[in-house]
Amino acid sequence: MLRNDLPASTAPAQRSLTVRQSLLPAVGLCVLVLCIALSLALGSRPLPLSTVLDALLGSGAGHGRDADADVVTGLRVPRTIIGLVVGAALGVAGAVAQGITRNPLASPTTLGINAGASFAVVTAIYALHLTRPVEYVWFAIAGAAATALAAQAMARRAGDLDPTRLALGGTVLAAVLTSWTSALMLTSRRTLDEARFWLAGSLAGRGLDVLTPVLPLIVLGLALAFAVAPALNALALGDESAQALGVPVTRIRVLGGLAVVLLAAGAVAVAGPVAFVGLAAPHLVRLVLGPDHRRLLPGCLIAGPILLLAADVLGRVVVRPSELEVGIVTAFLGAPLLAVLARRAAR
Amino acid sequence: MTTLATATRNELATHRLALRYGSRTVVDGLDLTLPGGAVTAIVGPNACGKSTLLRGLTRLLDPAAGTVTLDGSDVHRMPARTLARRMGLLPQQPVTPEAITVESLVRLGRYPHQRMLSPWSAADQAAVEEALTRTGTAELRDQPVDRLSGGQRQRAWIALTLAQDTELLLLDEPTTFLDLRHQLEVLDLVAELNTDAGRTVVMVLHDLGQAARYADHLVVLHEGRLAAAGPPAEVLDAALVEAVFEVPCQVVPDPETGTPLVVPRARARRPTTH
Repeated sequence: MLRNDLPASTAPAQRSLTVRQSLLPAVGLCVLVLCIALSLALGSRPLPLSTVLDALLGSGAGHGRDADADVVTGLRVPRTIIGLVVGAALGVAGAVAQGITRNPLASPTTLGINAGASFAVVTAIYALHLTRPVEYVWFAIAGAAATALAAQAMARRAGDLDPTRLALGGTVLAAVLTSWTSALMLTSRRTLDEARFWLAGSLAGRGLDVLTPVLPLIVLGLALAFAVAPALNALALGDESAQALGVPVTRIRVLGGLAVVLLAAGAVAVAGPVAFVGLAAPHLVRLVLGPDHRRLLPGCLIAGPILLLAADVLGRVVVRPSELEVGIVTAFLGAPLLAVLARRAAR
Repeated sequence: MTTLATATRNELATHRLALRYGSRTVVDGLDLTLPGGAVTAIVGPNACGKSTLLRGLTRLLDPAAGTVTLDGSDVHRMPARTLARRMGLLPQQPVTPEAITVESLVRLGRYPHQRMLSPWSAADQAAVEEALTRTGTAELRDQPVDRLSGGQRQRAWIALTLAQDTELLLLDEPTTFLDLRHQLEVLDLVAELNTDAGRTVVMVLHDLGQAARYADHLVVLHEGRLAAAGPPAEVLDAALVEAVFEVPCQVVPDPETGTPLVVPRARARRPTTH
């Protein structure tokens, strides 16, 4: 799309890349639709797609089908929508986090955002006796935002934000907060019981009402992320070159950081801390679409939900009739996947 | 361009400029005029403040005191984008994004000319094509930059600054890490940009002979202060080199160009300090 204006004499390798780039959004969307279908159909009670469609269209008739329809519309539809939103937020947050820090290993986790949200939620469970994910939302948002602000404050030097210090500050804060979270849970059995499922990261057991407070944050975060995308391309050339190209480097870093906080806080508030999606989605997209953030961010909007829904579906079928929390699956699958990516990149 | 044609001489000047890193003063009370339309080389021993001065000129570093002006207006008060349309910079060690192709890299030079949501224009493409052609990187356009040789990579980076389409070009040690042939290639390209395209060039160089050959105007820095400035033939003599670089030498005419050539004294006759 960006290359229409070029003469047709480009090299074969480049042409195949261009073909790949024009086909990939379609392929990506198809995979995403497949993941959505699987997410609606599979679970402890597998349903044929026709039943799923009937339930969605409200045309299910006859006895025994109502229970199936309830499973689809009452449980699996909200779960799938939450997966789409959280996956998109995590994928884009990861891409922007890597862009503003110029660090391919950056993610909401390394910026301390997940640890901050976890600490706030566990503290709230401990002190206020909360029990439902919808009650955790505001605490998660506040904890995530406070940690991100603290990391930014630690990274500030003479008015500039140092990207290495940003990642380092986030990692240090994450370590400290995680130890406090563990301490709280070890001293209170009730807190441990309430928090452990949320802390694993899960899309289950939530209604669409958990999305209400976070949707504005995620929409704003996405808008900010897409607004800074062209500047992130220039920022990739180093601070000096970016500045010489007229990029207000510190302002972009602050706005990009804000986008990461809004997106990651929104995601963690809904699903708990889910690792690796924010890290892996940008890497996967970069492998096929290249480093341009104007393509990378839309790509992550598709790749994030694919990864998250696929992991969630897998978690439902591997230990049937029980299930694994999605955060456990992403961590389990994400680590080796990333090792493979790192080896490929090094070659 | 909003400035009057008579006012755009592309003349950079510093006025009692002081540059500091924290409490360490690197450049102190510098008054300089870098002539527009010319090639200026900034030379001096290591840690004399050459690169720091370039950072101050491009406002990568805010002055601790004094000002930097471009045709009379304060560089540090101009909007970033306005300045980026007039002045391009090739840093000493720019970061090459992983897997980026030459053309994608050069396209980033159009950043200050683009607006939010505005499409890639014919003018943008024309500037990129000209930059690729002029630097001889057109046939490398689809290659990943991180797989190029040092000389090719440097030309790709120069192409990026050319695509930025500024009348003023600042280069921080553009020949470092290159072998002799590629050094000359880059310097010839710079000379061409000045003579053919009328660009004003300011570059930091290490090699005094190359500086004397390629520059119209020489700025010699010593411990953050101006040691000498002017045409190389007038400025570069044995006394100056001995005073600034602490190297006894003789200065002879370059057999090829007649410009001053510094020939250090043989080691046997150099007074040993250790």
